Amino acid sequence: MVFPGSVGGPTNLREPMFDTLTDRFEGILTRLRSRGRLGDAEVNEVLREIRVALLEADVNLAVVRDLVERIRARCSGAELSKSLTPAQQVIKVVSEELTTTLGGEPFKLSYASKPPTVVLLAGLQGSGKTTASAKLARWFKQQGRHPYLAAADLRRPAAVEQLRILGKEVGVPVFSEPTDPVEVSRKALAEAERVGRDVLIVDTAGRLSIDLALMAEVRSISSALRPDYTFLVIDAMTGQDAVSTAKAFNDALELDGVILTKIDGDARGGAALSVKQVVGKPIAFVSTGERVADFDTFYPERLASRILGMGDVLSLIEKAEREYDAGVAEKAAERLQKGQFTFEDFLEQLQQVKRMGPLQGMLGMLPGVPKEVRDAKIEDKDIGRIEAIIRSMTMAERRNPDLLNGSRRLRIANGSGTSTTDVNNLTKQFREMQKMMRTLGPIAGLGRAKARKTARNRKVKGGRVTPSPRGAR
Amino acid sequence: MVLTIVIAVVGVLVLASAGLLVVTRARRGTEARHRAPGVPHAAPSHLRQGPASPAPEGAADAGAVGQVAAGALQLGPRPALRDRLDRARSLFGGYLEQIRARAVDETTFEELEEALILADVGVRTTTALLDDLRSRVRSGEIEGSSGALLGALRADIEGLFAGDSAELATAPPGSGGPTVWLFVGVNGVGKTTTIGKVAAREAAEGRKVVLAAGDTFRAAAGEQLETWAGRAHAQLIRGAEGADPSSVIFDAVQHGAARGADLVLADTAGRLHTKVNLMEELRKVRRIAERPPGKLTEVLLVLDATTGQNGLVQARQFTEAVGVTGIVLTKLDGTAKGGVVLAIRNELGLPIKLVGVGESAADLVEFDPKEFVAALFE
Repeated sequence: MVFPGSVGGPTNLREPMFDTLTDRFEGILTRLRSRGRLGDAEVNEVLREIRVALLEADVNLAVVRDLVERIRARCSGAELSKSLTPAQQVIKVVSEELTTTLGGEPFKLSYASKPPTVVLLAGLQGSGKTTASAKLARWFKQQGRHPYLAAADLRRPAAVEQLRILGKEVGVPVFSEPTDPVEVSRKALAEAERVGRDVLIVDTAGRLSIDLALMAEVRSISSALRPDYTFLVIDAMTGQDAVSTAKAFNDALELDGVILTKIDGDARGGAALSVKQVVGKPIAFVSTGERVADFDTFYPERLASRILGMGDVLSLIEKAEREYDAGVAEKAAERLQKGQFTFEDFLEQLQQVKRMGPLQGMLGMLPGVPKEVRDAKIEDKDIGRIEAIIRSMTMAERRNPDLLNGSRRLRIANGSGTSTTDVNNLTKQFREMQKMMRTLGPIAGLGRAKARKTARNRKVKGGRVTPSPRGAR
Repeated sequence: MVLTIVIAVVGVLVLASAGLLVVTRARRGTEARHRAPGVPHAAPSHLRQGPASPAPEGAADAGAVGQVAAGALQLGPRPALRDRLDRARSLFGGYLEQIRARAVDETTFEELEEALILADVGVRTTTALLDDLRSRVRSGEIEGSSGALLGALRADIEGLFAGDSAELATAPPGSGGPTVWLFVGVNGVGKTTTIGKVAAREAAEGRKVVLAAGDTFRAAAGEQLETWAGRAHAQLIRGAEGADPSSVIFDAVQHGAARGADLVLADTAGRLHTKVNLMEELRKVRRIAERPPGKLTEVLLVLDATTGQNGLVQARQFTEAVGVTGIVLTKLDGTAKGGVVLAIRNELGLPIKLVGVGESAADLVEFDPKEFVAALFE
């Protein structure tokens, strides 16, 4: 494809995204297997890789240094584990350190004894405050509260209109008037009290941390409101500057926590780590997508594995949990384990999976998916073809693939506009899946319980920042 | 291949979700609208023809109180980057002079590395720049104090942009249709604001400008652009919320051609480059924008200066999808240094066209590598 006015210079667009840390460590550490301990030379080499990986994930340089030293303290001279490869062992340490840093005191929200509970949102331009306000309002609503939104962003054209539309979408009233932000906030508070709304969320204009006039303005909003919670809204794609922004806002407003937005992209979100470390305030919420429902409380271990480039299987499971029809999935799993899973069930599942969004996105969240697979283009068309084939089968054929002889296959291929090879492939793959899943079946449920337990354990040990001796676990 | 993946993913998901669903009865929340173009909000694109709301300032919507850039058409002289940017944002803070006076040693290199990384230049480009300097110091090409080394680094960074022109390409006169510039980028980088400012600039130079409100997804994006259209006295073509953005841009080009407009500025909804279907949608937008009588001459990626290393990924993905021709770097007036553009120029060869250093229309200026580097170093 040649574009008019296309650029000169070297363009290596197809260049692969960087390999996962695990892959890189394997390379360095394979030769270690025969020896009993992690030596300093290897540890140094690995730490260099970790440093680069963290910097590429946009973790602030000062924070990287600190982390690397903590990891060094735990790794050098450590005895090699019997059950883990050296690479896995190092990854485990790194991941634990990241989780500890990100976690610490988990964010706890309590409501004001005299309602409304006032929540103030501030941040740079374009970080996603207005959208986050609406999402937060929806979240409070789900908690059984009666939120109220105040549109105090009177600077950006149509920001008020945007919040009104979003407010309507989530079913939360919005207060605004064309006066000034402090006045709007004050009146919104009075109005919330008058009509008996128990949570007030105030959306403010985006501002640069060095804009003295605007920082003074947000301070006066804050002193007029005396908010119970002040959140900094920060974009997951932010680079090294996240630290100075967070510091400036924390100095001006005394933050209570951070809302991390746009983590549905492929940014590794190292900024979150920097902010957490530097201002010491927890990450309270994450915004995970464009729909108002894509908003969640924060799980440190998920972001830790993401910063390390290790997929985000927990988020995927949660997403499935949200979007999947419980009854149907339950039935399907049962049938799968008993080996009674049919094309009919498969079709039904496919519909559900489609509801969760593009398959490509989900693939990215699965850990250990090879790069070639992750980069493979899966389009709705491809899924459409599979559906077409199944829909061209008779009910009897869907329930019993053994019926599919040559002439039936030809009929199905013609009916679905595909070739017999496509039909053959599908049936073959389907059988393999059946076989594979029958053996895997019962484990899936257990895996979840175990994950929960681990998460609980981590919470218990959260807050520790000093290197913990290996024996501590 | 694809088939295997689809089947495997479905299988894994069925098991995973069913396994846990037995335990936790899921609450389902799918009432939120899906973002398929025109699916739930399918509405024909209602064209608002004619001069789009030459509304007086502030009347466009209640939210426009205390507006930026009142009377944006009076563009003052181009502000110098140096005046706009806080001196404290320099790479070396106060101790530039100290470094300058010292002899070149490993500490100097470490300091330079640190400074570049903190400016979001990225590990790879930083290493490339410094390795080159190291070998030149070794060969004696650079000698003397660290001042010489700093000078060489400055020249190298400026050299990265050698041969680039910040000028935005227009269709040759008499080509029978308006020039089309398409603006793309992730969410919240300032696409709509940039278009508003570009419209004001171009209109101030006497061009007839049409704005295409191609962001039909974000709530009130059209209203936001409408305010800017009013300021720039540009015409605005809008569609209904959720309308197909391509159709809005198509209509804008047709409208522009019929009215003899010089320039169509096409806004698009912010999208993360990882969303395959949205990038597909953008491909289509580009195909439509290219159709005669319009002449698509620029596809500009708007990038927020606070963006870290993900900026490089964004540039790569958007270029692959829609052939980006240049970068607009916004919000450079904060503390972020926007160093990722060095990596983008170095690895992808994309030139920087415009830089945003403030909120008024006059604060969007042509990129000047000398100025940019001076602002980094001094």
